[in-house]
Amino acid sequence: MVFYVAILQVSVFLCKISPYFFIKFLLFPALRPLSMSCSSHLKVDIIIFMQIELKNLVRTYDTVHAVEGVSLSIPSNEIFGIIGLSGAGKSTLVRLVSLLEKPDSGEVWYEGERVDNLPEKDIIMRRRHLGMIFQNFNLFSSRTAGENIAYPMEICRYPKDQIASRVTELLEVVGLSDKADAPISTLSGGQKQRIAIARALACKPDILFCDEATSALDPKTTQQILALIKDIQRKMNLTVVMITHQMEVVRDACDHVAVLSDGKVVEQGTVKELFENPKTNVTKEFLSHLTPNTKDVREDGVVIWSDVPARYVLRFLNDRVETPVISDIIREFDVVFNISGAGIQKVGDSKMGTMVCDITGSPKAVEAALKAIRERGVKVEEVQA
Amino acid sequence: MTPAIWNLIWQSTLQTLSMVLFSTIFSVVLGLPLGILLCITSPESQGGIRPKPVLNVVLSKIVNVLRSFPFIILIIVLFPLSRLVVGTAIGTKATIVPLSIAAAPFVARLVETSLKEVDRGVIQAARIMGSTNSQIVFKVLLPEALPSLISGLTLTIINLIGYSAMAGAVGGGGLGDLAIRYGYQRFRPMVMFIAVVVILVLVELIQFIGNRISANMMKKR
Repeated sequence: MVFYVAILQVSVFLCKISPYFFIKFLLFPALRPLSMSCSSHLKVDIIIFMQIELKNLVRTYDTVHAVEGVSLSIPSNEIFGIIGLSGAGKSTLVRLVSLLEKPDSGEVWYEGERVDNLPEKDIIMRRRHLGMIFQNFNLFSSRTAGENIAYPMEICRYPKDQIASRVTELLEVVGLSDKADAPISTLSGGQKQRIAIARALACKPDILFCDEATSALDPKTTQQILALIKDIQRKMNLTVVMITHQMEVVRDACDHVAVLSDGKVVEQGTVKELFENPKTNVTKEFLSHLTPNTKDVREDGVVIWSDVPARYVLRFLNDRVETPVISDIIREFDVVFNISGAGIQKVGDSKMGTMVCDITGSPKAVEAALKAIRERGVKVEEVQA
Repeated sequence: MTPAIWNLIWQSTLQTLSMVLFSTIFSVVLGLPLGILLCITSPESQGGIRPKPVLNVVLSKIVNVLRSFPFIILIIVLFPLSRLVVGTAIGTKATIVPLSIAAAPFVARLVETSLKEVDRGVIQAARIMGSTNSQIVFKVLLPEALPSLISGLTLTIINLIGYSAMAGAVGGGGLGDLAIRYGYQRFRPMVMFIAVVVILVLVELIQFIGNRISANMMKKR
């Protein structure tokens, strides 16, 4: 009895006076703290090759096959796009590649080293050389912009002064030097993503994952962020894996691309190959929704696809839009049209077509053709060279 | 109302405050780690970062049992423990023991809920940067949930004021004790009234302070 009482007394005493012991003995064993430090700040700035190899990855949730048998080779030091509709399994795939989740079967290799089956401790060490940015930024609201960037270095136990100087450096890289002490909620979407990029780069990662990084941003900000990512990729020689559902992102930023559909890779290749020769319906579907490059669309909605300056602007009004004026003229006169841009605009109920073109042939024929075009109710403007 | 009564009211107020203060501290000391454990051992779908189903269920059951205990019974059940820890079962000091034990599971649930409200995406971000579980808890979960934890703490203190008054029924000391012994048993409604007013003012004050701290914290985010 006395013994029992003594034990109780001691344990109650411990709980009472010493939260430290309580946390130490009851909490920490459950958390299994991993006291490790990361030595990445000693890393010399040399080009690091980081080819990622995925071998037959499968990940199933309950009965849903999120990823079913993906094999991919992601080349080093390039921007690799993975495009797919929502539900195609891209988020799961990026979680597998970034070691956040273990695959049911299949393998993930980083530069010749298998990483998916590493023990938890080693996986944590591996993750410290990965950077990731997200659709909704996922910044810490309890920290200012600068403190957010400092977080990964804190957990890698960088020295304090080194953290401070690196934060300043990174803020400069993303062009937000004046925002170091700003609370996260005061930043715009684009600024938040810039801070997130700076945070992802803090520990000098080998790979940067972008999980729908531009999906929450407007087109202009998207272009700026993509430009920043491209710039950083070049300067830091990163391997970038970009997950997206926007073909624009692939077109404007990526070197290689894989198309994902229902958990499988249905097509892959260089971006150029894919655009010139899409093989599957999924890819064609993506390409059909593509909006033109903003810089090629003029304010009046005309798409210019040739850099050769053209001499004439034809404006088709109302029903003229639907009549085959050009074909008629070509048949009638001995002239050649070289169309370098066109577009259509709706003005109220009526439509107006605009065409930018050159008309070549003998001066006489051109003159006659122009006259005939005008007679058919099409306005012709001559561009002054 | 003699000066002696006023003096008594003052003394009782101090007793109540000290009971509430110490039981808050001890209930947080017990409840915070318990709440963190409850959160991190829960299934992954509920935001657990280190799922341990069995431990989670056991802890959850303990918390539920303690929480469903009527407080007045809990005090009586814990008489032996109070005697063991502070040497007596009555008075202010003795009441701190059952108060802490009654409030700890409450704190644990509040902490659990607050931590589970932290955005999963933020935790995912912390994970991919190579945070260990303890770093996620202490550098992400707790700071991110701080405003909500402060609100929870306010709620706990107010609950404890109510509980401490209840403890008066079994000789616990403090304003509740005063109201029952002097006001009710000796037919002096004025004393009871004043005791109740003082409790009301205390609650109001603590709510005000808690709200202010929470609001200030949110303003800086």
